[in-house]
Amino acid sequence: MEFQAQDAIQWIGLTNEKIQANKEYLTSLDQVIGDSDHGINMSRGFQEAVNKISGESYDTASDVLKDVAMTLMSKVGGASGPLFGTLFLKLSTTFKGNDPVDYATFTSGLEEALSGVMQRGKATKGEKTLVDVWAPVVEHFKQENAFQADKILEVAKTAMENTKDLMATKGRAAYFKEKSIGHIDPGSASSYYIFEALAEAEGGY
Amino acid sequence: MAYAGIVLISHSSKIAEGIKDLITQVVKEVPIEAAGGTEEDDIGTSIDKIQEAIGRADTGKGVLLFYDIGSAKMNAEMAMEMADSENIQLVEAPLVEGSYTAAVESGMGKSVQEVHDAVVKSF
Repeated sequence: MEFQAQDAIQWIGLTNEKIQANKEYLTSLDQVIGDSDHGINMSRGFQEAVNKISGESYDTASDVLKDVAMTLMSKVGGASGPLFGTLFLKLSTTFKGNDPVDYATFTSGLEEALSGVMQRGKATKGEKTLVDVWAPVVEHFKQENAFQADKILEVAKTAMENTKDLMATKGRAAYFKEKSIGHIDPGSASSYYIFEALAEAEGGY
Repeated sequence: MAYAGIVLISHSSKIAEGIKDLITQVVKEVPIEAAGGTEEDDIGTSIDKIQEAIGRADTGKGVLLFYDIGSAKMNAEMAMEMADSENIQLVEAPLVEGSYTAAVESGMGKSVQEVHDAVVKSF
């Protein structure tokens, strides 16, 4: 794996396309167990992130992801702003000084991102949050020693679908208690698009 | 004389403004700033808006932050971490009653820590 500035730009670009295409779907997920703004918020945030990075020239993936993080934090809104912002900020800080980013560094970046977001949201596994997608993906990266696009897709997809049966105990969905069971968590769905985009960018899917 | 400032963080700009109206009817000298809604004034919270409110409310004696549901707390914590001042406290108390009590305490010239402790003790 040789992850460089242009790969990061492609990754965020593809993520944005998926978020835009599924904006209504993400909002419909959030309608049942939240405040129905997830699709709108994420589409605004990622569009702004793409606008920001396409207007600049970058030497490293770390610099790209730092701008992505800062844009998401101030433009997404709701809890998703600081949460997705933290994920990309941790990737950026881990990648700093490593260019191109190799598989081991990418894995550490994901690990740092996961622990950062857990700390920020005071969340753990099994609470029907994006942690339930990020944690198994990080686990997969740690078990392997090379990038496997098809496996990442599979792990992320299964993890996202598994959030359906969980009862939310964190975030706005926690106010809905039992009503939250039976629906995919919106933040997990967005996280799936992030990993689907990564698989496409890096694996040629 | 500087007073400990108060920032009201709510998902709704009307809630934040409404509480500010309620408090300033009786406490006029304490800096109270509303950070309600998103940048577009929709329902939600904004780190940028909270940061700006902290900046305005801090007249040298620090700031206390009060918040409502969901993302308000997380965005408040992020804004706190990004702020230049160390003298900022997030208060775990009901938004309306807590900030009202805090304004009265601050008006007596108490420090951020003293106001914080007094508010937390009353709920």
